[in-house]
Amino acid sequence: MNRLRRFFCTPEAVAGAAILASLIAMALAAPLIFPGDPQAIAGPALLPPFHDWSLPLGTDRLGRDVLAELFHGARTSLAVGLAAAAAALLIGAIVGTLAGFAGGLIDEVLMRVTDAFQTVPSFLLALAFVSIVGPSLGVVVAAIALGAWTGPARVARAEVLSIRERDYVAGARVIGMYPLEIAFREVLPNALPPVLALSSVIVAAAILTEAALSFLGLGDPNRVTWGGMIAEGRTVLRTAPFLSIVPGVALVLTVLGVYLAGEGVVESTAVRRSLS
Amino acid sequence: MTRALPLLRRRLVGSIFVLLIVIIGSFLLLEAAPGDAVDAYIVSTGGDAGMIELLRHRWGLDQSELTRLANYLWALLHLDLGQSVTFSRPIRDIILERLPTTLILMGSATALSFGLGSALGIYAGARPGSVRDRFLSIGSLALYAVPGFWLGLVLIVVFAVDLRWLPIGGIETIASAKTGLPRAADIATHLVLPVSALGFIYLALYLRMMRAGMAEAWRQEFVLAARARGLTRRRIVFAHVARNALLPLVTMLGLQSAQMLGGSVVIESVFAVPGLGRLAQEAVAGRDTPLLLGIILVSAVLVIAINLLVDLAYAFLDPRVGAGEASA
Repeated sequence: MNRLRRFFCTPEAVAGAAILASLIAMALAAPLIFPGDPQAIAGPALLPPFHDWSLPLGTDRLGRDVLAELFHGARTSLAVGLAAAAAALLIGAIVGTLAGFAGGLIDEVLMRVTDAFQTVPSFLLALAFVSIVGPSLGVVVAAIALGAWTGPARVARAEVLSIRERDYVAGARVIGMYPLEIAFREVLPNALPPVLALSSVIVAAAILTEAALSFLGLGDPNRVTWGGMIAEGRTVLRTAPFLSIVPGVALVLTVLGVYLAGEGVVESTAVRRSLS
Repeated sequence: MTRALPLLRRRLVGSIFVLLIVIIGSFLLLEAAPGDAVDAYIVSTGGDAGMIELLRHRWGLDQSELTRLANYLWALLHLDLGQSVTFSRPIRDIILERLPTTLILMGSATALSFGLGSALGIYAGARPGSVRDRFLSIGSLALYAVPGFWLGLVLIVVFAVDLRWLPIGGIETIASAKTGLPRAADIATHLVLPVSALGFIYLALYLRMMRAGMAEAWRQEFVLAARARGLTRRRIVFAHVARNALLPLVTMLGLQSAQMLGGSVVIESVFAVPGLGRLAQEAVAGRDTPLLLGIILVSAVLVIAINLLVDLAYAFLDPRVGAGEASA
């Protein structure tokens, strides 16, 4: 409880948590408040916001309800952001643990591969991957994870390098555990905290990458995405700029919420560390 | 400068391995793509099954995967990136045509984000915890949360559609027949919005790094020593605190170059700037996988080159680099 209280003592963390909570509520409530296809025509085209209270945010070029699209887009953004970050953290932790624990040639090869992935612009890699395999939610998640696992891998490796010299690892060796067993049951769990500290940055980057991909038309065509809405609104940018601006504001708030909440968590744990 | 040479040599050798991995990776992606160069060629020209066989044989596509990889590497060694499907021209020529525009865009955006970012970072970090520090910290976080392409669209709405101060896109006025300085000025006005959109996002990063580095440096003992010597606050801020916080930013400059290349894809698409990024988008739209992978390879080489330059600059700025190796 103490830790939670510390988390909520900075105004930034409270703001971040509030934004994230309302987003998650939006994503969960989307099918209840706006049942049916959000991509179905709901009214006259290009209805401006705040004119018709059954369509509070107006309609887009094809007469689709902007508010319904916004709610359903929150689902896609959060799902892709969380799934891609989880995949990136998992891959990174495994690669980093293997490299750090094995050392020698395995370490050298794995780290050069990490270098190679960091050398290629991750957005270009995601673009190539989606355009070759074809756009669907799973492919987009994989494409984003492909460019995001290198940071966690480096952090995990550095942490493992210091952990593998500890006494309990030597103890595990003595009782005859297999090296891989030691690496993943003893070392990896203890190397996780600094890796997990990266998660807010990775979730935020994943949400932004997903938005950019769907803005370029490489999102899942069967789902509403905020990036796709911005691209759609771009065609009528002169007459109806709100169509691009509204989903963009939602994106900024989401990413900001993730950052603020992440900083709050890091700060509350940092205080705990300095106190102990 | 000689003390940096061993480091440079080690980095170069490492880069060759990295590049090799990138090439093999892009070869695998090329193999995974549905259809091959012959399919693409036949689609655009037409031809019967006999011709397909003949072309596959002539282009070496009927050989084993290892032979094809060897052929691919051999061609790359001769700087031959293959033929673009959508443009029906050598990929190398198309990329070389588009590269200068992207370099100008990236260079200006980097200068903007690094210059303004570190300046604002010094302003915030001069008094950590003050009102202006908190304001800039939150503001930079908000800026960092903005998607680049959306910022570009907002800039277009404000400055090109509403105020009509700046052109809406492109790189220069079409058929204006301007040359020399007027043409340079024309290109510069076209680049103001894309450079701002690309630069402002990364500005936040440098601001935050500078600010965090300075907050750290204030706690060091050399600051106390400088104070004890009676130096003015201004001198402590600039010559001691900011100077020590600057070095990590230089490293970031290299690390960020790959990100910025990726970011230029969307920015160039938004502003219709005919650079490498827009070419990547055109390659995706035209399902031109060889072109897309060519762009990825060139970007990787570019990122490696930028990082080597940054290493050199770092060695120049930090006398500790390579000092141990020189004496050993």
